[in-house]
Amino acid sequence: MIAFLQTYGAQLILKTWQHLYISAISLALGVLVAVPLGILLTRVKKIANVVMAIASMLQTIPAMALLALMIPFFGIGAIPAIIALFIYSLLPILRNTYLGMEDVNPSLIDAAKGMGMTGWQSIIKVEVPMAAPVIMAGIRLSATYVIAWAALASYIGAGGLGDFIFNGLNLYRTDLILGGSIPVIILALIVDWLLGKLEAAVTPKTTNA
Amino acid sequence: MFLTMEHLNKTYPGGKVAVEDFNLEIEKGEFVCFIGTSGSGKTTTMRMINRMLSQTSGTIKLNGEDIGKMDPVKLRRQIGYVIQNIGLMPHMTIRDNITLVPKLLKWPQDKMNERAKEMIKLVELPEDYLDRYPSELSGGQQQRIGVVRALAANQDLVLMDEPFGALDPITREALQDLVKDLQERLGKTFVFVTHDMDEALKLATRIVVMDGGKIMQIDTPDGILRHPANEFVENLIGKERLIQARPSITTVGQVMLKNPIATTPGKSLTDALRLMHDKRVDSLLVTDEAGILKGMIGIEDVDYSFNSATSVDDIMKRDIFYVQSNSLIRDTVERILKRGFKNIPVVDDQHRLVGIVTRATLVDIVYDALWGDEEEDEETNNIHHENPNAAASAATKGGE
Repeated sequence: MIAFLQTYGAQLILKTWQHLYISAISLALGVLVAVPLGILLTRVKKIANVVMAIASMLQTIPAMALLALMIPFFGIGAIPAIIALFIYSLLPILRNTYLGMEDVNPSLIDAAKGMGMTGWQSIIKVEVPMAAPVIMAGIRLSATYVIAWAALASYIGAGGLGDFIFNGLNLYRTDLILGGSIPVIILALIVDWLLGKLEAAVTPKTTNA
Repeated sequence: MFLTMEHLNKTYPGGKVAVEDFNLEIEKGEFVCFIGTSGSGKTTTMRMINRMLSQTSGTIKLNGEDIGKMDPVKLRRQIGYVIQNIGLMPHMTIRDNITLVPKLLKWPQDKMNERAKEMIKLVELPEDYLDRYPSELSGGQQQRIGVVRALAANQDLVLMDEPFGALDPITREALQDLVKDLQERLGKTFVFVTHDMDEALKLATRIVVMDGGKIMQIDTPDGILRHPANEFVENLIGKERLIQARPSITTVGQVMLKNPIATTPGKSLTDALRLMHDKRVDSLLVTDEAGILKGMIGIEDVDYSFNSATSVDDIMKRDIFYVQSNSLIRDTVERILKRGFKNIPVVDDQHRLVGIVTRATLVDIVYDALWGDEEEDEETNNIHHENPNAAASAATKGGE
């Protein structure tokens, strides 16, 4: 263990960093696209089913295949990996945003409108706060997926902790496999815990207790 | 006119007619209840007033201005809105809920704080509730907040859609009293949708009865009870309520005996006595030639003064108790009973004698109120069509 850290310590930190930023950028893009899209879908319900179906379909493409498919379009490196992971992150966030918004008590939306809130005010002041816990649950789920799958991104030259795992597989080196996969697990757990904190923070207070 | 609704029609896509040719004018300070069964179009009509729904045709004018040409958001901010499911924002404190519309209108913070305190006082809740969340209040308390939230921005018009439907009867009654009091004290105009006739009768200054998207009747609560326009309205009111309501809405004119025995001041006492004998009564009402009530003479007066006086004019009691024919039985029955009169003359607004109320009439009213169900028609007929002479004499005999 110590020997491993002495040999690979610097590299481990670098790869963890790469892993983290690939995941973070993918997830951030996913949130930026899927949350507004999910909200938008609640306003145009007619196309909601179509969009959901497309997002579900993207989710069924095997991760390896999707990564490989990126190469003809974007070459190799971090960018195609980020795009592929971004596509993967979409569905859980999109679905939870849509369902969370749909699940807001219609009386509240009626009251908000009836009292003279604009559609935008109703979304920002009422619907999103009420749907926040469900949306956050979707983001947490996506974060876990993205961190796990980012390990595969090494396959198309994006770097990250996947490099250890693939090297380990090629060289039959268990220590490298473990040295890559254990940090991935720890990273996923830490991020999930942090997002859990964030979820609690964005969940609106409904009682003083 | 404060609120005018003209030829409103609402047809949903698919051809379902929700509201058909709805016309109504509402004055400032009125409390108008829309009542009907579900699907009668009452909520649909109400929701057109703040443009939560738009009419297929027809116009609504608020203070003479066509609301169809106003910005719906601005319109809604000047109209209070209370819904059945309360609709308080669970993630906002009571203070923020109350000042929701003022905040949308960008009032300064201190003015909003002041208003929140004022409003919570209005519904008799402690001031420290302002920092609580809706889930920490009971259902009745929440709806109290719902009511003042609709008033916080000085809205003149308040729309309420079955606001108390989900509350228990005691809480509901307390809130009805509150709303009625607010309307009377603050002079707000209310449009109130309900399916509860008791609620409508209690709160409304005018009731709009709707069925199948059409207006069945528009009238005051008394008017509705007294003259239900058709069978639907009668059924909606309910037979029981009609009977119970009768003493409180029946006028003296409806139950009095017509053609009372009367004489004129110029007649001699002999004539008067003969008339009493012929008609088998112990007292006579005295009117002038035009039928104006002048007084009354009793048999004991005739007996006492037969030798000293000559005409009815000499002995009649001028200062007598009488009632107006259009006054309500409810208001007069107690006075009649308390004073112990055998019979009371009834006059119209020109003070002409039009009838007489006897103690027997009152017996009929009480009887009707207590047991008047299947026998009611018969009883009413008796009162109106019985031979007036016989009735009068029976009454006066029975009186003492």
